[in-house]
Amino acid sequence: MIEFVLEARSGVAPYMQIIQQVRYAMRLGVLKEGDKLPPVKEVVAKIAINPNTVSKAYRELEYEGLVAARAGLGTFVTRTLGADSLPQYEPLRKNLERWMAEAVEAGLDDESIEALVISTLRSFSEARG
Amino acid sequence: MTDALTAESLTKRYGRRTALSDCNLSVPAGHVVGLVGPNGAGKSTLLQLACGLLEPTAGRLEVLGVRPVSGSPRVGFVAQDTPVYPGMTVAEHLRLGAHVNPSWDAGFAERRIAQVGLDPTQKAGKLSGGQRAQLALTVAAAKRPDLLLLDEPLAALDPLARRAFLQGLMELTAEGGVSVVMSSHLVADLERVCDHVIVLAASRVRVAGEVDELIGSHHRLTGPRREPDELGHGWAVVEQSHTDAQSTLMVRSTAPIDDPTWKVARVDLEDVVLAYMSESAPHWVLEGQR
Repeated sequence: MIEFVLEARSGVAPYMQIIQQVRYAMRLGVLKEGDKLPPVKEVVAKIAINPNTVSKAYRELEYEGLVAARAGLGTFVTRTLGADSLPQYEPLRKNLERWMAEAVEAGLDDESIEALVISTLRSFSEARG
Repeated sequence: MTDALTAESLTKRYGRRTALSDCNLSVPAGHVVGLVGPNGAGKSTLLQLACGLLEPTAGRLEVLGVRPVSGSPRVGFVAQDTPVYPGMTVAEHLRLGAHVNPSWDAGFAERRIAQVGLDPTQKAGKLSGGQRAQLALTVAAAKRPDLLLLDEPLAALDPLARRAFLQGLMELTAEGGVSVVMSSHLVADLERVCDHVIVLAASRVRVAGEVDELIGSHHRLTGPRREPDELGHGWAVVEQSHTDAQSTLMVRSTAPIDDPTWKVARVDLEDVVLAYMSESAPHWVLEGQR
């Protein structure tokens, strides 16, 4: 079972934060097929968040085909995303490390690197549509 | 489904002072609604009208589909400063609650008192602010109402007690059925727990709606200076400020902003609420947006 954390001033809507955290946990293999998501009541009692927000996030994840609700039992992960794709990340991560070393060489600090990565990713995914 | 709250041209005057003026609202049941606005905006008046402690001067108000009646078992109300009887113990509060409320759920009340760590033999006058708030919430919720009205429940609480109170409140709403309308100054807290919001200022409803929809449809635009009358096709300008070179706006638009000369930034609930509360917000935007 995972726990959610809510960032108050991230600019990301609370329901979206929950969706992102589930996807992230799936990608890292922390959540696998058959795992149960925390029950709505437990989440709201823990992080003081509106139950409709949690339900909305779970419905959205269900619509994406990542989880399924079973009546009376809870919401369960229906796919495994992370575990087998993680080794394939390794060469990509090495590439990225090399690129970061070059960026440091070129005089960029951490904040500039982060900004560059995020803005490039954004325009790249916008260009792809 | 019946609305939790419906107001049509609702007006309340105290002598010559107008507390609420021509308010139109339609709040669906099953939600947690935040009522925000500066002091004196009419928040407490609206809540007291909704629980039948006050009568409207003009207009119509319906709560859960009927005209509000004081003491209704379907409505739980916690007034400002979480009133409890200082000389009575926690257990005596529950006994009194059971005595005056036919729908009292004694099992629930005792479970909740234990869960929030209150000592039943403790006198209410000796409780901390956070404990008093939990006691008042328990007494209101043990009636098993369909609607809970809370007037500034967080105002006197420290951050830890505030979080504990909201956790308890959200747990109640998750158990099902109960709608909540709570007034508060603490917009950051409201953003977590409320899915609807009503902004009152100067006795009028400035904006009301679903939080995600409000955040999604408002944008902060920055760009080269424009004259106010050149602005907007299909937008409503909520707030604007201009320097010699630059214009900064908050606009409401469901369509994306495609003019590339504007830099578009996202807003959070606090930005939206403050924009509607501020004096410069023109009236024509505010009318008819529900």
